[in-house]
Amino acid sequence: MPYDDRGAQIRMTTSADSTVNGRSVSRDVDVALLSDAVERALRAAASRLPPDYLGALADASHRESSPLAIDIIGTLLDNAAYAEHEQIATCQDTGMAMLFLEIGQDVHLTGGNVVDALNDGVRRAYRDLRKSIVGDPLLRKNTGDNSPANLHFDIVPGNAIRIQGLMKGFGAEMMSRLVLLPPAAGIGGVKDFIVDVVGRAGPNACPPLIVGVGIGGSFDSVGLLAKRALLRPLGSVNPLPHVASLESELIATINALGIGPQGLGGVTTALGVHVEVGATHIAAIPVAVNLNCSAPRRFTVEL
Amino acid sequence: MLETPEISTPLDAEHARTLRAGTKVLVSGRVYGARDAAHRRIVDLLDAGEPAPFPLDGSIIYYVGPAPAKEGHMIGPAGPTTSGRMDTLTLPLLERGLRGMIGKGYRSPDVRAALCRYGAVYFAAIGGAAALLARHIVAKRVVAFADLGSEAIFEFTFDRFPVVVANDASGGEAYVRLPD
Repeated sequence: MPYDDRGAQIRMTTSADSTVNGRSVSRDVDVALLSDAVERALRAAASRLPPDYLGALADASHRESSPLAIDIIGTLLDNAAYAEHEQIATCQDTGMAMLFLEIGQDVHLTGGNVVDALNDGVRRAYRDLRKSIVGDPLLRKNTGDNSPANLHFDIVPGNAIRIQGLMKGFGAEMMSRLVLLPPAAGIGGVKDFIVDVVGRAGPNACPPLIVGVGIGGSFDSVGLLAKRALLRPLGSVNPLPHVASLESELIATINALGIGPQGLGGVTTALGVHVEVGATHIAAIPVAVNLNCSAPRRFTVEL
Repeated sequence: MLETPEISTPLDAEHARTLRAGTKVLVSGRVYGARDAAHRRIVDLLDAGEPAPFPLDGSIIYYVGPAPAKEGHMIGPAGPTTSGRMDTLTLPLLERGLRGMIGKGYRSPDVRAALCRYGAVYFAAIGGAAALLARHIVAKRVVAFADLGSEAIFEFTFDRFPVVVANDASGGEAYVRLPD
């Protein structure tokens, strides 16, 4: 991953990355270590917003001229400081836990089922937080412990484990959208769709937003690209020049909409637009826009 | 500096009609907390000819599902949830004297028209400022539907709770709306 995550980061002291003759050594990792790491990271992220977000928010305040917009940004910053000091959640919707694991192919997970272990960490972390998950989308009975988490696994070279996570509130999730455009729509059609999603979300997604965009892949993977874009810290730029220029064009267009903090007017509708791209089929341009709200809880743990 | 008039509940229609979109207001007094499931049940009671579980006339409802309280705290973080989900269930309440709602996000044309008809106001609270907003809630008790947990109906006591008039009783709106 080309991005340096300055969010809530926890490093564990383990023997990861040890090599012999340039080859990584296989390593046993007890899944209980993953439970504990996930529990600690979620607890910390609930009350501590990433420093890159708080910095971007403070900078945005200087660009606003509306007293209401400045007042709202000031309140969000005060809220973040108070929540961290009191060790309470910044927002009552501590969301659905979404975990992205990169597991080295030389890791051997021991001590039980890794999925159960990760959900166990989630249950423990949410003991003092709001339980917002229903077990079935139609029957809608609350699971009572905020499990299960949304889990994604990647196998990567080496013997380290990296867990990135989001505690995703659903005010902004609800306003996210996905489309498969025909190639004839071109880059213009892609931009129009992205800006339209942000415009329709208006105040509902709790701006200032972070706009995660996926372009390419397929119906299933484009949503994941957009979600992964939200794992990037603010200030990061896509390493592909044409994508980086699309990001800077989109942030300017979106902030010119005038929606502003909480949708009450201003120049800070989004603090960042992160675009991730992937290979796709000759017949389509899949585009997904996943919005993150004014409480973008995020973390990275390395084991 | 923002001018911030203060209001307290119960709110009468004449007073509600003086509040203008875009004004920051501090709310004090009794405010009822209710969201999706509680609204459904209130409307079911009204449809059956039963009274609502709290006096609607002059009341303000806060769309909220608070987080659990930390030890030593009276209430957990309590920010607004998306109001639009309550739109269709709000009309029968406005008919019966509901004078204010606190939440976040756009309201339907029907709700906005009903605000003008009955003299009521829709207030926006800051989504994402839940820890700080909870400091303006000084008392809470469950008044109905305890089985719904965080979705029960709460009676809160507000002390200078900060909101912004999003939709007023004259058709004014503070939310930015982009042309379709």
